[in-house]
Amino acid sequence: MKPAVETLPQTPVVAKDAYHLRIQPTRGWSALRLGEVWEYRELLYFLTWRDIKVRYKQTVLGAAWAILQPFFTMVVFSLFFGRLADIPSDGVPYPIFSYTALVPWTFFAYGLTQSSNSLVVSANMIKKIYFPRLIVPVASVLSGVVDFALAFLVLLGMMLVFGVLPTAKIILLPYLLLLALITSLGVGLWLSALNVQFRDIRYTIPFLTQFWMFCTPIAYPSSLIQNDTLRLLYGINPMTGVVEGFRWALLNTDTAPGPMLVLSSVVAVLLLVSGILVFRRLEKTFADVV
Amino acid sequence: MSNLAIQVCGLGKQYHIGHSRQSYTTFRETLIDVFAGPVRRARSLIRGQATGAAELDETFWALKDVSFEVQHGETLGIIGHNGAGKSTLLKILSRITEPTEGYVDIYGRVGAMLEVGTGFHPELTGRENIYLNGAILGMTRADIHRQFDAIVDFAGVEKFIDTPIKHYSSGMALRLGFSVAAHLEPEILIVDEVLAVGDAEFQKKCLGKMGEVAGEGRTVLFVSHNMAAVMNLCEKSLHLRAGQIVHYGSTKDVVEAYVSQSDEVPGSNLESRMDRRGNGRFRFYRFAMRNTAGEFVPTLISGEDAEFLAFFRGERPLNMKSVQVSMKVVSVWGERLFTVYNGFSGDTFEGNLEAGVFVCHVPKLPLAPGRYTVSLWSALGHDEIDWITDCASFDVVAGDYYGTGKAPDIQTHGAMLLPHHWSLSVAEHERQ
Repeated sequence: MKPAVETLPQTPVVAKDAYHLRIQPTRGWSALRLGEVWEYRELLYFLTWRDIKVRYKQTVLGAAWAILQPFFTMVVFSLFFGRLADIPSDGVPYPIFSYTALVPWTFFAYGLTQSSNSLVVSANMIKKIYFPRLIVPVASVLSGVVDFALAFLVLLGMMLVFGVLPTAKIILLPYLLLLALITSLGVGLWLSALNVQFRDIRYTIPFLTQFWMFCTPIAYPSSLIQNDTLRLLYGINPMTGVVEGFRWALLNTDTAPGPMLVLSSVVAVLLLVSGILVFRRLEKTFADVV
Repeated sequence: MSNLAIQVCGLGKQYHIGHSRQSYTTFRETLIDVFAGPVRRARSLIRGQATGAAELDETFWALKDVSFEVQHGETLGIIGHNGAGKSTLLKILSRITEPTEGYVDIYGRVGAMLEVGTGFHPELTGRENIYLNGAILGMTRADIHRQFDAIVDFAGVEKFIDTPIKHYSSGMALRLGFSVAAHLEPEILIVDEVLAVGDAEFQKKCLGKMGEVAGEGRTVLFVSHNMAAVMNLCEKSLHLRAGQIVHYGSTKDVVEAYVSQSDEVPGSNLESRMDRRGNGRFRFYRFAMRNTAGEFVPTLISGEDAEFLAFFRGERPLNMKSVQVSMKVVSVWGERLFTVYNGFSGDTFEGNLEAGVFVCHVPKLPLAPGRYTVSLWSALGHDEIDWITDCASFDVVAGDYYGTGKAPDIQTHGAMLLPHHWSLSVAEHERQ
């Protein structure tokens, strides 16, 4: 938990370069204080770097795991949904249709899971040293970017194999990735803060990610929904915007996600801001409860 | 005023203590609680008795009405028994936890060393961990880079710097952790008991480093059980008891008062102690001592037979067959002297008891006159039942341990007495 900290204007009584810190109880909702996270950006860098570095230590396949997970999910989807169930895929080959969605999805699900458990995993650090606690879940989400990059390379390879050429719309990809990151972090902040108090959260996460996956057009296209208004509303799930955006930008599907993407972005930002607020609110009890 | 480093004003910290109703001893009870537990917790949540998944129904003040000031360049020692609030105070000062009331003003950058090697990852190499740990402690990459050689050198791990620290001995990892922390350059340094770890030689090195830091005119707050270290390092000290300041002044006065405090007599009631560990299958509620004649006494005599008694009670009878119990004796200087443990002596207990008293018989008490502190511990298999550190303090007065009328002095000769015998013979082989 974290004391209220105000950096007061320097007064003549203290030395010039000294700064003043007041530690006192805080009540209710506190400010976001993102500036402090920026001050600790080196710690954020090192924690992210540690997560990446340690991730595949003592595994035989190492970083190949980053590719195997979405790839084999794609194989299974292609067999059962593509072949057997004959689900439409917006005019592109089903394997690349589902894999394009699985790459951002895996990034999202990984970030969500890791960040939700991050505080409990770092309990010892939280009890022994002060730093902006927000850094812990943020580092967890960021560390997934390397896995994403590896899986994305495979996606580029598949596009070559299937002869799908990307268009100029590809420049929107960083924005879509950011959207996935924000959503993942937003939910991760909620869950990580609650997980400190209620370890029940830990057991709901696998269920939540699975449920969310089926609510996101990964194995099927959102164009299955005929009604335009309903389809737009589907964007309330920010991952719908991300996934359809990826297909639109890379595979040139005509499911242009314009308004849907706007809706998704709004929801994602709401998730993030509310997540930070809740996190800040519960933050001061972390060191005592975790 | 202009030189103020820390000002603490009316500081208080309240904790909620979770109590599990009972300990689990059988599979059946565990199973029942799995299903009954959530219902019970939900009910108490609705009644507003708990704020979390834990059953929180008791609160206590770990710290209450604490006020003091520290000037720049001062070193302040913080002493007190376990559970006196020392760690809570440090946690508030280092911003890990928030106070419930009062405030602290800090002028200057704070570096806190509450643990050695916080955030070390076993899979990373020594080099990588130095950077990681440094960042956690608030050093910039440039700082760490500049100090890197000094850190490695101080820790003495040059050869293993690129080896994952999971292959380090625990001593090496500790040295590395302390070394990183020792190269922090904050204006105010907060140190908790970290010197209680590592081998004697390294402890000496650490103390030397601490002395250096204090000598550089930086402000140091130092918590320790090691009175000798506190006396060496700190001009001023603060004695905490039950969350409140008992004494504050020059270290010499405070330590003397701490050592001779007369109100904590043996037989002290342990019932109210919150700072215990273990599953609570039974709890120690009283510690007492008996002399040769079997009378309860507040002091023991050096060299005479003594009995230590630990009274306990639980809620249900417990088969005592595999119960283990031990008592550790520590000097006021914080040195661990010995542990009496039924696992060492090979004694076992019998019967199904709900309450009772463990009695440890020590023939010819081998302690020099002075004050000692005991800790009690008990377990069943690998499960700790009850564990209280610093249960009570007792005095030993001079007796005739050696049967020669000579009584050793704790300050010059040490605390332990040993039966011994000297003899003289001609060193035959030396003559050739």
